[in-house]
Amino acid sequence: MPRTPAPGGALLPATAGVASGIALVLALLVAPEDAVQGPAQRLMYVHVPAAWVAYLAFATVLVCSVAYLVRRDLRFDRCAQAAAELGVGLTALAIGLGMLWGRPVWGVWWTWDARLVTTTVLLLVYVAYLGVRRMADDPHVAARRSAAVGVVAFLNVPVVHFSVVWWRTLHQPPTVLGPDGSPPIDPVMAWALAAGVVAFTLLAVLVVRRRVAGLRAAGSGTAAVLPADGAAPVITVVPGGGR
Amino acid sequence: MTRPAQRRRTLSLRLLVVVGAVGGALALLGVSGLADTLVYYRTPTELLAEPPPEDERLRLGGLVQVGSVERVGSEARFAVTDGVATLPVVYSGALPAVFAEGQGAVVEGRLGADGVFVGDLVLVKHSNEYRPVGEAG
Repeated sequence: MPRTPAPGGALLPATAGVASGIALVLALLVAPEDAVQGPAQRLMYVHVPAAWVAYLAFATVLVCSVAYLVRRDLRFDRCAQAAAELGVGLTALAIGLGMLWGRPVWGVWWTWDARLVTTTVLLLVYVAYLGVRRMADDPHVAARRSAAVGVVAFLNVPVVHFSVVWWRTLHQPPTVLGPDGSPPIDPVMAWALAAGVVAFTLLAVLVVRRRVAGLRAAGSGTAAVLPADGAAPVITVVPGGGR
Repeated sequence: MTRPAQRRRTLSLRLLVVVGAVGGALALLGVSGLADTLVYYRTPTELLAEPPPEDERLRLGGLVQVGSVERVGSEARFAVTDGVATLPVVYSGALPAVFAEGQGAVVEGRLGADGVFVGDLVLVKHSNEYRPVGEAG
């Protein structure tokens, strides 16, 4: 089938692939084993990037929503939708990986502390956002309503991030994005984490660009092309980023 | 003339999904108990200052006092401290592998009349430090 020409050609996919490979080697082979937590701590190299890039995706929803409200251009609406879909997937991934990490270290898969509850609320709010998007037939009506929700929903992101600072939790406080200047992490571990964040970010840009191209093709009347090229990457590429 | 009716039905189905998701979020907060979530655990100082009703199930959090862990058969005894006050804990069950003296722990259970906290679940609260083996400080 005629593929939508990838914006930026093969450079972005190749870079994302190489970055993922480097991140994987650093996380599994180069980074030292944690003295307290043992091998389970290596889940940090995927759990933390998934959570941070989900924040980034929701920030993109915020920016694109504001841009739509100012310009009334459906391009920004498509950007908000693609970013929100990715953000929902990454939030679910972060929760899933967090459960896998929690079981061997905390002793439980789940507990009702403020970080876990606020993250679940974040996930449900953006699922609701995706629902609001489909509640009007006129694309501009749908875009206006969802942009309003997309702006308000972002309030959840700082609540999730600071939940471990504001309230007593089982989840530990932030290591890198914390209030003090010197993160209490071994430098090699910090580099492995940084590589994971770069790889997740590049994969996220790739997924969002493809999804936006698919949505644009669907919107301009060539809907027959969409199902294969538009919807599939979001579902297949995101779990791949978790490896 | 079925199209408008069909569209209304689709719309109300969508509305139902959205309302369901938002309702789910609120229910989740309700179930978890907002206050219980915001004060996830209480410290030994707080529990000694304000003893809870004897059958109230609660969480005790703090550091496992160094030198306090004793294992007798399947039962473990240790003390949880916040640096000011200390509470003895008795727990029958396997301690998590990462559990250690001097590290954070949260115990779910009840405070007995004799001042001993009877735990039925021990969780490890690890710090935000990541160090390789041999360099842990």
